[in-house]
Amino acid sequence: MAYKKRSDGRKFDELRPIEAKLGVIARADGSAYFKIGNTEAYAAVYGPRDLYPRFLQNPEKGVLRCSYGMMAFAGSGDRVRPGPSRRSTEISTVTQRALSPVIDLDEFPNAVVDVYIQLSQTDAGSRCAGICAASMALADAGIVMKDMVAAVAVGKIDKTMIVDLDYEEEAFEGEVADIPIAIIPSSGEYTLLQMDGRIEKEDLMKALELGKEVCKKIVKIQRETIRENFKRSEK
Amino acid sequence: MNHSRKSHIIEYLNKDTRYDGRKLLEFRKFEFKQGIIKTAEGSAWVRLGDTEVIAGVKFELGQPYPDIPEEGTMMVNVELLPLSSPEFEPGPPGEWAVEVSRVVDRGIRESKVIDTRSLCVEKGKLVWNILIDICPINEAGNLLDVSGIAAYLALEDAKFPDREDDKVDYKKLTNKKLKLSGMPIPISVLKIGDKLIVDPIPEEESILDARLTVCTLNDKIISALQKGGGVPLNDKDISEMIDIAFKKAKEIRLKINKG
Repeated sequence: MAYKKRSDGRKFDELRPIEAKLGVIARADGSAYFKIGNTEAYAAVYGPRDLYPRFLQNPEKGVLRCSYGMMAFAGSGDRVRPGPSRRSTEISTVTQRALSPVIDLDEFPNAVVDVYIQLSQTDAGSRCAGICAASMALADAGIVMKDMVAAVAVGKIDKTMIVDLDYEEEAFEGEVADIPIAIIPSSGEYTLLQMDGRIEKEDLMKALELGKEVCKKIVKIQRETIRENFKRSEK
Repeated sequence: MNHSRKSHIIEYLNKDTRYDGRKLLEFRKFEFKQGIIKTAEGSAWVRLGDTEVIAGVKFELGQPYPDIPEEGTMMVNVELLPLSSPEFEPGPPGEWAVEVSRVVDRGIRESKVIDTRSLCVEKGKLVWNILIDICPINEAGNLLDVSGIAAYLALEDAKFPDREDDKVDYKKLTNKKLKLSGMPIPISVLKIGDKLIVDPIPEEESILDARLTVCTLNDKIISALQKGGGVPLNDKDISEMIDIAFKKAKEIRLKINKG
């Protein structure tokens, strides 16, 4: 089964429409909203604040703690039971790894920065949307960052390389490779790399190259949103 | 909260005004949207002042309870997401989460707003279960009332999904809606000193003496009550608080009906 045309009419290297907002959660120290297609993520940052239990504290520098969760009605099928699952625990871990290389918590020994990500609806790519939102929320909270982090899923369906898979594409009956990545745009380095499906090395490298290109578009939107918000608050 | 802020709030209340400038029985700005979540069969977004929640309804097929073979079920769950407030911590639901969930649940359940018999697919074998989940995005006071309003709006928006035997096809929604026989709106009336207020901000909630949440279905019928706070209430308090709840719920219903 050849994949010639995307079901929603996008080009193979085209992202779904993105909507980004900053400062959407009044009680958080920083927050952001990132919607790509029908995948919608909220991120809130609390801290740096005291870390309990104390044995988790690091006297050298602050700790980044990430938590990913889906609202009960955000899945495409049955209700998602609230609370941590194996899936959400793993995504929390890889999200923490995706973000920690760009943030500087040397000034905050024994403290924690909590990042809470919640998906209110999903159509694939939810961990990437969560990372995009969290990266903006960290900036909004005034955490010192070396760069933004932009994330997207790239992949291969049949013989075609595509970016930003939706749920229907992930579930394609045939050969699929789904590769969520996160990138530090200034260095081109990867902070998230996962994959499931089947792919050859050459194709993987091509997919990563494609991902790097579209991440530039994402980071542009992230930066513009932050800049706009900053201008508004200056007025 | 520090002592000076508490005395500040009380000082204002004694002048019949609020910490944020409102009148004693004045709600903050109320906004809502329905049908905002594509993965839910019904949904609503509600904002009251800075408090913002999303409610979603999911339909599931299951076996009925043996004692009610012709009835489906409903459940309300409020998740106090740590995302929405510095005071909420991760972990299993605490007392407040359970209380909010149960009071909203009772306001809809016991009043039979949803005719659970209409959820029966096959007697004794298959019924619809209605699951209403409420997630705060920003918790800035009066979460119980906002959750209750959001639950109703999401139910009003909900459409049955398609099904084949006992399998639900969540991709296809039918045009069939739930029949709702009332508009349950919970209103929490707080007593601080000898003053009664509605739609509290967190600073006011933290110093309340007593709270009475009154859920009403219309201008006549009360469908749930819950007293909170450590100070007892007398008959006069209760009577006044119920009158206020009817009046404020009526205002909310008017705004909902206007759209």
